[in-house]
Amino acid sequence: MQEIRQGMKDGIPIALGYLSVSFTFGLMAVSVGMKWWQAALISMLNLTSAGQFAGLEIMVTGGTLVEMALSELVINIRYALMSLSLSQKTDQSFHTVHRWAVGAGITDEIFAVAMNRKTDISRHYMYGLIMLPYFGWLAGTLAGALLGDVLPEMISSSMGIAIYGMFIAIIFPKAREDKKIFMVILIAVILSCGFRWLPAVNRLSSGFVIIICAVAAAVIGAFWDLVCEKKESERIN
Amino acid sequence: MEWQTFLRYLGVMAGVTYLIRAVPFVLSRGKITNPFWKSFFDYIPYAVLGAMTFPAILYSTDGVLSAVAGMMAAMILAYWKKGLLTVAAGACIVDFLIQLFV
Repeated sequence: MQEIRQGMKDGIPIALGYLSVSFTFGLMAVSVGMKWWQAALISMLNLTSAGQFAGLEIMVTGGTLVEMALSELVINIRYALMSLSLSQKTDQSFHTVHRWAVGAGITDEIFAVAMNRKTDISRHYMYGLIMLPYFGWLAGTLAGALLGDVLPEMISSSMGIAIYGMFIAIIFPKAREDKKIFMVILIAVILSCGFRWLPAVNRLSSGFVIIICAVAAAVIGAFWDLVCEKKESERIN
Repeated sequence: MEWQTFLRYLGVMAGVTYLIRAVPFVLSRGKITNPFWKSFFDYIPYAVLGAMTFPAILYSTDGVLSAVAGMMAAMILAYWKKGLLTVAAGACIVDFLIQLFV
């Protein structure tokens, strides 16, 4: 019970952040011709920002199912990395059936907050953590779909930055404390800027770019750790 | 769009997205002991978030200038170790004010 409550508390800021992003999704879905309940169904069954925006585009332009599957695969494959990473931090309470259930709720922000926890995570904590963001995601979608036109354009535009503000709030304090994490983030950022701004490579999809940048930066960091450890053990011997 | 068409799209979209998340989470049991992979998975969250945030944050609102201001606000607040919500709200408010006045 304590764990569920702690999870829910940690989920509040994520839920509020999601309201703004899913609001934009609902707004957009209706504006390209979807029904409000279709937008809501998409949000309930997907719970992913970039993937939903891309999927919406494919539906509207009449893309093929293969195209849909491939786009979702590429954009969301980062979740596979996160799932692997997160399963390193789970305690014994995670039986198979709970893994199948919690697996549906692993998003960028939920993952980041769970990883930030000092101790191993229990299934109760994860259920608590996922609950409010899930309803926030749905509520925002509904609100955007049903009453999107009421909000002045400037406010809805400013809300687009919220999700990135949350990411910064997660990575900055860590980068400040740990020089290696700072370097790994810096490498990932430089690569990602390169993919965005350099000609030729800037045609890659954002899902691919994120994977390439993150894996490259984490591999460099991990190699660096190996080298440092070796030096350390040589010094002791 | 016919609802059968919609359901087919939705099924493929949700199915792929779900399996990508759940399958690795279900299959990967036992802690990784290899030091290289342990480090790798320690770094992955921060590397992913870094790559997702920059430079995408610059194009997240209607103007690059206001987004830069919002980004700076977020960075300063995060450096002071403010919570997620404070940082996110700070970025939105600064972005909004810059759009309003500039």
